[in-house]
Amino acid sequence: MPHLLTIAVSILFDGLAYAMFLFITSVGLSVTMGLMGFVNLAHGAFAMAGGYIVVSLTRSLGIDFVPSLLIASVLIALISVPFERGLYRRLYKSTDLEQVLLTIGLAFMAIATFTYFYGPIPKSVPLPHWLEGDVNLGFRSFPSYRAFLILIGAILITILWYAFERTNIGAKIRAAVDNRRMAESVGINVDRLFTLTFALGSGLAALGGGFAIQLFGLTPYFAVLYLVLFLIVVAVGGLGSLKGTLLAALVIGIIDTGGKYMFPQAGNFFIYAITVIVLLIKPAGFYGRE
Amino acid sequence: MTAALAINGLNRSFGALRVTRDVDLALEKGARHALIGPNGAGKTTLVNLITGVLKPSSGTVALEGADITAWSQAERARRGLARTFQINQLFRGLTVLENLCMTIGERDGNCNNMWRSAGAKRAVIDEALDRLEALRLVDDALKLVRELPYGRQRLVEIAMALAQKPRVLLLDEPAAGVPSSETHLILDVVASLDPDIAVLIIEHDMDVVFRFAREITVLVAGAVFIKGTPEEIRSNEKVREVYLGEAHHHG
Amino acid sequence: MAASETTTAGEAARARAAEYLLRRHYVRWPEALPWLIAVACFFVFPDRMTFGSQVLIMVMFALSLDLILGYAGIIALGHAAFFGLGAYTVALASLKLGWSEPVSGVIAAGIVAGVVGIVAGWFILRYRGLTLLMLTIAFGAMLQEAGNIRSDFTGGYDGLPGLTFDPLLGHFQYDLYGHTAYWYALGVLAVVFFFVRRIVYSPFGQALTGIRENVRRMHSIGSPVHRRLVTVYAISAGIAGMAGALFTQTNAYVTLTVFDFDASAKVMVMLILGGTGRLYGAFVGAAVYMVFEDKLSKMSPTFWQFGIGLMLVLAVMFASRGLLGLAETAWRRIAKRSAP
Repeated sequence: MPHLLTIAVSILFDGLAYAMFLFITSVGLSVTMGLMGFVNLAHGAFAMAGGYIVVSLTRSLGIDFVPSLLIASVLIALISVPFERGLYRRLYKSTDLEQVLLTIGLAFMAIATFTYFYGPIPKSVPLPHWLEGDVNLGFRSFPSYRAFLILIGAILITILWYAFERTNIGAKIRAAVDNRRMAESVGINVDRLFTLTFALGSGLAALGGGFAIQLFGLTPYFAVLYLVLFLIVVAVGGLGSLKGTLLAALVIGIIDTGGKYMFPQAGNFFIYAITVIVLLIKPAGFYGRE
Repeated sequence: MTAALAINGLNRSFGALRVTRDVDLALEKGARHALIGPNGAGKTTLVNLITGVLKPSSGTVALEGADITAWSQAERARRGLARTFQINQLFRGLTVLENLCMTIGERDGNCNNMWRSAGAKRAVIDEALDRLEALRLVDDALKLVRELPYGRQRLVEIAMALAQKPRVLLLDEPAAGVPSSETHLILDVVASLDPDIAVLIIEHDMDVVFRFAREITVLVAGAVFIKGTPEEIRSNEKVREVYLGEAHHHG
Repeated sequence: MAASETTTAGEAARARAAEYLLRRHYVRWPEALPWLIAVACFFVFPDRMTFGSQVLIMVMFALSLDLILGYAGIIALGHAAFFGLGAYTVALASLKLGWSEPVSGVIAAGIVAGVVGIVAGWFILRYRGLTLLMLTIAFGAMLQEAGNIRSDFTGGYDGLPGLTFDPLLGHFQYDLYGHTAYWYALGVLAVVFFFVRRIVYSPFGQALTGIRENVRRMHSIGSPVHRRLVTVYAISAGIAGMAGALFTQTNAYVTLTVFDFDASAKVMVMLILGGTGRLYGAFVGAAVYMVFEDKLSKMSPTFWQFGIGLMLVLAVMFASRGLLGLAETAWRRIAKRSAP
């Protein structure tokens, strides 16, 4: 019995860490897709780029891991602005297909570029000693790295929840997600709002990418490999919903971890199965709007 | 006598917002019925409920006695219910002729045919051309819809609804968006509709309403405010209030 | 309106309009070009025929995608699922059932893929947009993973090598140079194309265009939209399955990589490159892509990938109707200039 409990707790813990990664990386995609209806398949590339910046900062410039995460997020957030202003903006009125194709094209270009500079072999980062090894939480020890990820995730969730539900800007975002035309007619500058959320979302994606290095290994193909996963979290959770993204991330993170533990050869089967089941029952996702 | 279209106790809510309240409406064969009301009264919502775009929260819709409340849009259309949209819904990238042929093809089940070419059914093309002739659109037959001025596009919209050979026709603001120089084209068509078709028209232009309608329903905030003949409505104090209030708003 | 009021001008317009529709499906001489080129390739590049059959197979795959994407407007990124189903039907039929007659194998593969297409499509096609896209991706990925779970059966990612197939029509053995394979693929492609062309120009094909152009309108004129979509999806799936079957037969080998998301994305890129909704876009796109990939990706896979990405971005921004679209625009400009 205790053995079963230990396994369950392990699965929950690892699943939670995975879920935090999924949430952090996908929440930006969910909000931007919900806000502007823009299908951004280059989102994974932003995460990948963030990861590689962390790699360079830690290995070439000797900056510590945690500050590197911060710097990478801010950098990517800033870099994303000209992309949004210069390129994406032209396509808001385009068809879904055109948005899909353009952003996939960007993703390919990004993958090729980073392969050229960093090579295809997975990179790792040196971690500070307090993130290596385990941390003792009283009843059990857990790997420090994942515990840290869960902690950061929880903090971010709280901040985001507060920002969305309690601040003026959050209210504007929610209004614009709900009904963009109405929001515009009430005087909300949706364009500026979108640039802001886009930058925030891309910065968070970069953060997720930075965390992913030690969890999954970082290669340029990360951009498309995990893109499908992010899209699943967004679709299952419901576009533009913080709650939805979190719930989807938790469901997928925990079930996938449990599934892989108990049926290792099944791979990602469970994730896809969940996706199909949820979408057939609730096509707009958990908290999506029809 | 069975009404061509009968609506009973129709209700529709979006969450806490009730957009249609207990609406009763009946159109007898050959009716000329106008639905008027201030903006936001829920006129288009009502049409959407009748045609099946929206499902009601409660109430029934009956077409020539048959209960169609649970039917899909397409089923209702095949049973003889046609509508035009407030904003043109045409196949903009296709020619006018193709737009009409598509409608006739779907009506007759011709579009189930995967083997013969679309041009093989001469009867379809001939009927389409006849209908275009009746509306003086033949010269535009090979033009892409998006190349036509909006007024003529609106005529195509009506032509398509008529091509369905409907028994009940719902016109949602047929003159909306049409430049005033071309409105008479639309109105002439409406005036010369087949007397056997039951027609419900949503309109804002009171001249059109009083010229066309034999019965008027006034919808306010989703509920039937009042129903009657044009004379009754015209002389009704409360209706004037509702519309005068509206005139003040628009200024 | 009395008949005498119809002017001669009106009559002329009427006649012209009728002629246009009646003639639209006639075969025009440029349509022979791709076939002539395909035949010519056999004589001009006799030593590249193995590659040639793969190009033809990709053309067929892209053609199947054009039916749903170009004509019906369904954005799907999981079509490799049907390609893979067809590929494995033939492989497993040969291995486990000893059924290695090629032509019947291709037909069987088409039927299997088509039936799965009906079932999957019936569920999936109730939705549009992101939901539909994700369902198609998830469906394809699920099939792949399922195949991996039973890798004892499917050979997993290592695949099923050493498959053998009977001589074509009881006569023509497969040769090392891929000559038989080329004519075989070309023949199947021609037959499939004949049917696809008929469908596209039929009233059913017209209805598909209507669904793509304005699905709201289609509902309101009484079109059984869902039924039409499932039908075309099943046909498309069947053709993709047949392409997959040819793949296995011409390679005598199949692995689970045929189900890759990458493969679904690749065939979409090919189709976009050539131009959707034009039937021949599949020919142009698949051929151009495969040839360039063959040359360039060997030189540097990274540059190749960058190039594809750049091409997609440029295509969306400047040439959203593909190479054929560009050709059409160029043709029209030339025609305008040469007219007095």
